[in-house]
Amino acid sequence: MTTEPDVLDAERAFEAELLQAQWLLPTLGAGVTGTGVAMEAVIQGLQRLARDRVARHLPRPGALQSVRFPPVNGRSMLERTDYVASFPQLLGTVDVFSGDTKDHRRLLADREAGLPWDGHLHTSDYALVPAACHPLYAWLSQVNAATVDGTVWTITGDCFRNEPSPDPMRLVSFRMLEFVLVGSPEQAVAHRTAMLELGQGLLAGLGLAVTVEGANDPFFGRAGVMLAKGQRAAELKFEITTEIYPGRNTAISSGNYHEDHFGAEFDLRTPDGSVAHSACFGFGLERIALALARTHGTDLRTWPESVRDLLGLDAA
Amino acid sequence: MSQDRSQLVETIRDVVAQHAHLSSDAASLSASESLYTAGMTSHASVNVMLGVEDAFDIEFPEEMLTKETFESLDSIAQAVATLQDEQ
Ligand SMILES: [Zn+2]
Repeated sequence: MTTEPDVLDAERAFEAELLQAQWLLPTLGAGVTGTGVAMEAVIQGLQRLARDRVARHLPRPGALQSVRFPPVNGRSMLERTDYVASFPQLLGTVDVFSGDTKDHRRLLADREAGLPWDGHLHTSDYALVPAACHPLYAWLSQVNAATVDGTVWTITGDCFRNEPSPDPMRLVSFRMLEFVLVGSPEQAVAHRTAMLELGQGLLAGLGLAVTVEGANDPFFGRAGVMLAKGQRAAELKFEITTEIYPGRNTAISSGNYHEDHFGAEFDLRTPDGSVAHSACFGFGLERIALALARTHGTDLRTWPESVRDLLGLDAA
Repeated sequence: MSQDRSQLVETIRDVVAQHAHLSSDAASLSASESLYTAGMTSHASVNVMLGVEDAFDIEFPEEMLTKETFESLDSIAQAVATLQDEQ
């Protein structure tokens, strides 16, 4: 992560351009933005295109199903996915008020006096979802194990990562469109390979210059150094990147093979009784839309006809 | 194997027994056996790393934080001995 002045300048200039064009709509939270009319049309088009491509062209061993989970889940999910061990710097839990009228009066008195009032809240059993596929494993663990049969699950989910940044490519709350397979090791690896190829073709077809690179997650601390090295050595994570800022590639999609990490923790088993392996591929919807704005500009009317067609922008 | 070295291995064995969550009994591990093959996950290996640091009051430098370092009781002992020699 570089913070050289010219890089920061480039990020701020891009952010200013996106705010000016109302692609990004400011909120009251640092690093949190809404999505304007043009950008949302692009994101909806991307979702249609990707879901359609997968339905038509993805080689897969089982069914293709679409499910949806909200941006909030049980706090225990952060424990069971090891998120609290691996990424404590990124997680967010939900604080709530559960006092009585007296407690409320104390809260309001503090607020009136200009004092912090968050001390009157306490951490609830809820947490924000950090990755769109995590709620899927938690759900599958509660239903009949026979569903872990190589089905590809499609999920558009909101993700929270506590890393506010001036870079519009790094939002605190963003959407991922994921295609997730839980099944045998062979099925999981084949799914990731096929999705990386499909994703690369789709993004290149939209006019983006993309590269597939080995990658690691931003694991926390010194223990994280070890996890990151292990992840790279085992080639568990690949990213599809593009150059947004000169000399620096930014990931806009990623394909991950989790081995039996989620299968073991959530006791997901294949029909023959062995622990399931999983793989997910995620399109970073905001990041892809912003990469397209970087390439084709913020005025959709001037975008290449082929790109407008693929995204169904004429109908929008 | 020197007296020191076998003692080192036994202390590491205790840490492994506590943190590696092996599918077999840590007491019956040979010093050169792969801990990963014995069921240690990458997350468990991180806990072993932190446990070894605590047990010997050392800090592994970044270049030693690899899968190879934590492959076996022997390889961990080798890394600990190297750090102790440097002190
Ligand atoms: Zn995922």
